[in-house]
Amino acid sequence: MKTNAIQFLPLLLVLTVGSALAADSPSNPRLDDQTQLPKAPAQTFGRQYFQPPADADIPNNAFGDQVRRGQDLFMNTKALAPDYVGNEMNCVNCHIDQGRKANSAPLWAAYPMYPAYRKKNNKVNTFVERMQGCFQFSMNGKAPAADSEIMTAMTTYVYWLATGAPIGKALPGRGFDEPPPPKGGYDITRGKAVYDNQCAICHGDNGEGKKVGATSVFPALWGKDSYNWGAGMHRINTAAGFIQHNMPLGRGETLSDQQAWDVAAYVNSHERPQDPRLLNGSIDETRKRYHADDGINLYGVEVNGKKLGQGVQ
Amino acid sequence: MRNIFALALLLPLLAHGGEGDTIMQKGGSNPAAMPCITCHGTDGKGMAAAGFPRLAGLPEGYIAKQLADFKSGRRENPVMQPIAQSLTEAEVAAVAKAYSELPKVNIKAGPVVRPVPGSGAWIALRGAWERNIPECTLCHGPSGVGVGIAFPPLAGQSALYIESQLNAWRGTKAIPATRKTKAVAAVPASRRNDPNSLMQHIAADLSESEIKSVAEYFASLGESNEAFDESQHRLR
Repeated sequence: MKTNAIQFLPLLLVLTVGSALAADSPSNPRLDDQTQLPKAPAQTFGRQYFQPPADADIPNNAFGDQVRRGQDLFMNTKALAPDYVGNEMNCVNCHIDQGRKANSAPLWAAYPMYPAYRKKNNKVNTFVERMQGCFQFSMNGKAPAADSEIMTAMTTYVYWLATGAPIGKALPGRGFDEPPPPKGGYDITRGKAVYDNQCAICHGDNGEGKKVGATSVFPALWGKDSYNWGAGMHRINTAAGFIQHNMPLGRGETLSDQQAWDVAAYVNSHERPQDPRLLNGSIDETRKRYHADDGINLYGVEVNGKKLGQGVQ
Repeated sequence: MRNIFALALLLPLLAHGGEGDTIMQKGGSNPAAMPCITCHGTDGKGMAAAGFPRLAGLPEGYIAKQLADFKSGRRENPVMQPIAQSLTEAEVAAVAKAYSELPKVNIKAGPVVRPVPGSGAWIALRGAWERNIPECTLCHGPSGVGVGIAFPPLAGQSALYIESQLNAWRGTKAIPATRKTKAVAAVPASRRNDPNSLMQHIAADLSESEIKSVAEYFASLGESNEAFDESQHRLR
């Protein structure tokens, strides 16, 4: 027994450190109320992330047809499901590489974690309900019905991506692997400098994104065409994770933790569509109920003399 | 003195007249600035087989930046550098505007394309994310029609030109001598004017055969004569 413990000591240490970071303790500044799922473990250095099946493996049958239809919806959400998308976003904007890329909230890591309890709506959510949340908040639209053709196709695609992934086990690469908050906090002004230097070329000087004709190419980061105040990406910690791993495109992992937090704060210090859960028309009540314990965010917070959370249309 | 000032104020206005067309057809005021049509074609569509790029319909800001970068040496090219250096600022502005006003490459939007793994279309539409290479269309727009002034159209561009640009961004590594062959020195990248260094690592991490096939893919997206309604979505 003793020898066993010594043998496993390094492993135990890793586990202890891992769970200390993940614990939802008040002392943990990374506390994130929307993350009811166990935090994804860090990837062991040199190990490959889970590999979803290749496109060539999609079978040529009725199931495969649904996989392809779901993939099309995932890539062209605004074009193919316009009734449910209220802004100019597509699933693939945040779930890069068709939802395959590790640390870009890959769908192969999300699917096996549901059903799960979510504090966001205080109940056990199926995967379909989780996706409906994306439509309501990230896409600032309305959710297709659980048994709709759209949801069936998208679920089929995501299920297929998760082929071979263990059920109920947090896989490395899930979510956005958020960097820890910088010791000195974040700075919106410094974030603007990062934005102007590295982000504005694609997302525009005013975060408006860029389109070709009707089609959004670079998504809007704030304003009416962007995610609303209820979306997970409105949290600075979440956006910092996405940005650090994935931005600028093809040059992920080049921003420091500090830069990622600063620029995430800058992006999320602008107005965007209202949180659809707005309580009694009151930003303060809505903040208290939904935002006060939801990671680090600026909803209802005064920035440059203006209280954020007014919403834009 | 006052007259000179008045003249200086008029210059930018003059540049916006037919000056761009004149430079295209007859060259700049300095004879070293040869007429653009010599290589880029009378219609501005380039000469694909010779690797001379299409300029017709490219964004004004993009063309002006390229000429400025040829001047400064951030983009090296034995033919274009002396020409760019012989053009005045006003001439650069005029010729950039004139080309931007010629018809843009017309690519009709079609149904979703499902590329074959390992093909040029795969790199263009799916990328190689295991090497952090985004699909080209993510920045250059669906069908590679170009986005804003920073991401030029790739669709309908000369394959030889796209290939030469990717090679210009990557340079080549040194090859050590073997018993039978001499050492080949490294060639540094001759194009260093990509905003945010977005293209350098992409070019460096693509294989030579991928570069060829992706260049051929975009060149093969031929121009359509049918008008395209811009209110329609382009699918990925």
